Amino acid sequence: MTGATEELVVQRLRKRYGDHTAVKDVSFTLPPGSSLGIVGESGSGKTTTVRMLVGLERPDGGTIRIGGRDRSAPARGRAERLARAREIQMVFQDPYLSLDPRVTVGQCVEEVLRLHFPMETTARRERVAELLDQVGLGEREAAALPGKLSGGQRQRVAIARALAAEPRVLVLDEAVAALDVSIQAQVLELLGTIRREVGIGFLFVTHDLAVVRHITDEVMVLREGQVVEAGPTAGILDAPHHPYTRLLLSSVPRRGWNPGDAAAARRSLG
Amino acid sequence: MTTTVSPAPPSSGALRRRRGLGGLRVLGQGPLFTAGVVVLAVLVLIAVLAPVLAPYDPDVLDLSASLTGTSGDHLLGTDQSGRDILSRLIHGARTGLLGPLLVVGVSTLLGTLIGMVAAWRGGWADALLSRSMDLAFAIPGLLLAILLVAVLGSGMAAPVIAMAVAYTPYVGRLVRGIARQEKARAYIESYRVQGWSGWTICLRHLLPNIAPTVFAQSAMNFGYVLMDLAALSFLGFGVQPPTADWGAMINEGQSAIQQGAMLPALAPSACIVLAVVAFGIVGEGLADRIAKRER
Ligand SMILES: Nc1ncnc2c1ncn2[C@@H]1O[C@H](COP(=O)(O)OP(=O)(O)OP(=O)(O)O)[C@@H](O)[C@H]1O
Ligand SMILES: [Mg+2]
Repeated sequence: MTGATEELVVQRLRKRYGDHTAVKDVSFTLPPGSSLGIVGESGSGKTTTVRMLVGLERPDGGTIRIGGRDRSAPARGRAERLARAREIQMVFQDPYLSLDPRVTVGQCVEEVLRLHFPMETTARRERVAELLDQVGLGEREAAALPGKLSGGQRQRVAIARALAAEPRVLVLDEAVAALDVSIQAQVLELLGTIRREVGIGFLFVTHDLAVVRHITDEVMVLREGQVVEAGPTAGILDAPHHPYTRLLLSSVPRRGWNPGDAAAARRSLG
Repeated sequence: MTTTVSPAPPSSGALRRRRGLGGLRVLGQGPLFTAGVVVLAVLVLIAVLAPVLAPYDPDVLDLSASLTGTSGDHLLGTDQSGRDILSRLIHGARTGLLGPLLVVGVSTLLGTLIGMVAAWRGGWADALLSRSMDLAFAIPGLLLAILLVAVLGSGMAAPVIAMAVAYTPYVGRLVRGIARQEKARAYIESYRVQGWSGWTICLRHLLPNIAPTVFAQSAMNFGYVLMDLAALSFLGFGVQPPTADWGAMINEGQSAIQQGAMLPALAPSACIVLAVVAFGIVGEGLADRIAKRER
């Protein structure tokens, strides 16, 4: 299978909750190994979009394909379920909730390997150590239960666990939002390194435009479940076309920032 | 949702007051909880070792020794038929615990299965199971028991089946509620994203994480069922004479009260109260521990 055909293609995705349409019309393409940021204000449908990608929600319309293989309908059977899991993995926002409190760090990574890759116990143990090492965790952490770890360490575990399935795409939904700023920087640094080393595609959902600039090649701006603007990150952040994007940018506190302007811009947008 | 596992308020205080069974107030859960566990352990031991421990055959009649009152020979005296009350109490612990054990075992198993399937599948399966549980919940257990006695005849079977039917939706609702919460947690969702089957996730990960709460509730249910079954045999719908049974003993002891003998009715009543309170305290204590452990 060659690179170009293995891209993630999302077309006209739609999801309704009752009479509220959380995602109206979202289409994008993620080439293998590239990094796409999804930004937008709270409630714009970012989480709903990525939950459909990983199969936690079922779309009401549209298609999701990787390398032409459709994954918008529920998987039929074990083989398909596992194949899909090896295509997209996810790191959740809150590292305090995303790890099973009863399972040690080492076991939690090992379980994924056992599910996906038949191999000798010793080889599997080595692979666990390797994956944990990749996210900067050692033997001591491997033996610990999540309760004994800090938020940053837990999020590293969640990243190692996701990488264990060797997915083509890693979805990160506000994956650093719950962490302290200095820890955020470390985890972002780690993610950058992993992308270079593993060649995995990133889908990065975030509120934080500084994070977007740091870690994504392209960015997609969502508003009320629709894409209002998309393109190369630097271009969009430096010269936004859509007023909503300008608003998002002006809402970020920085030097010379005027909350009044941002509020006025929000009102004029309706 | 009607759960009786009371949620604990977040608290960092050293000792906090908790509402216990029937308004019983429990300070912390140290000595009282321990006492409850000890009482239950002793009860179980007594039930298991009944033939060894009982000084007399519980069923042997001796009409010449009717209502003797306490004495060296009969520590708690004898009943109207001259049977040793202590021996009957000791043997009564067997039927007293066996009935609730069956009921709680079956209702916990079925309720957990139904509740988990409803929570996991959602949609129409959830709607169907939930409505069925509402329906079963609306049937009064005692009434069902009496109806079943009419069909199956008296004995343990009818009350046990009726109580199991009555308690299953109770457990099912509890399990459905906490399993739904648990299912929405990111750690369970991440198992789904990893590609595990629903059954594996439910049995290997969801079940162990909800089991302590279910267990605590089952401990409390045990006490309630014990009381219900005692009430049924008091009314004559449960275990039949001459089998030693606390509820039946109270019934038989009623007439002795008029003759001034309190013990034949009082002693089994005390046993029931003690067991029910002990199960309540232990159940509450367990629920408390779980609530404390949760973040
Ligand atoms: N399970 C659900 N049931 C009903 N409505 C939902 C559900 N999940 C999301 N929604 C609604 O869909 C809309 C989009 O939500 P979503 O979580 O995708 O937004 P978001 O962009 O991720 O927001 P945030 O930045 O706050 O995380 C919101 O209006 C939300 O209330
Ligand atoms: Mg979100």
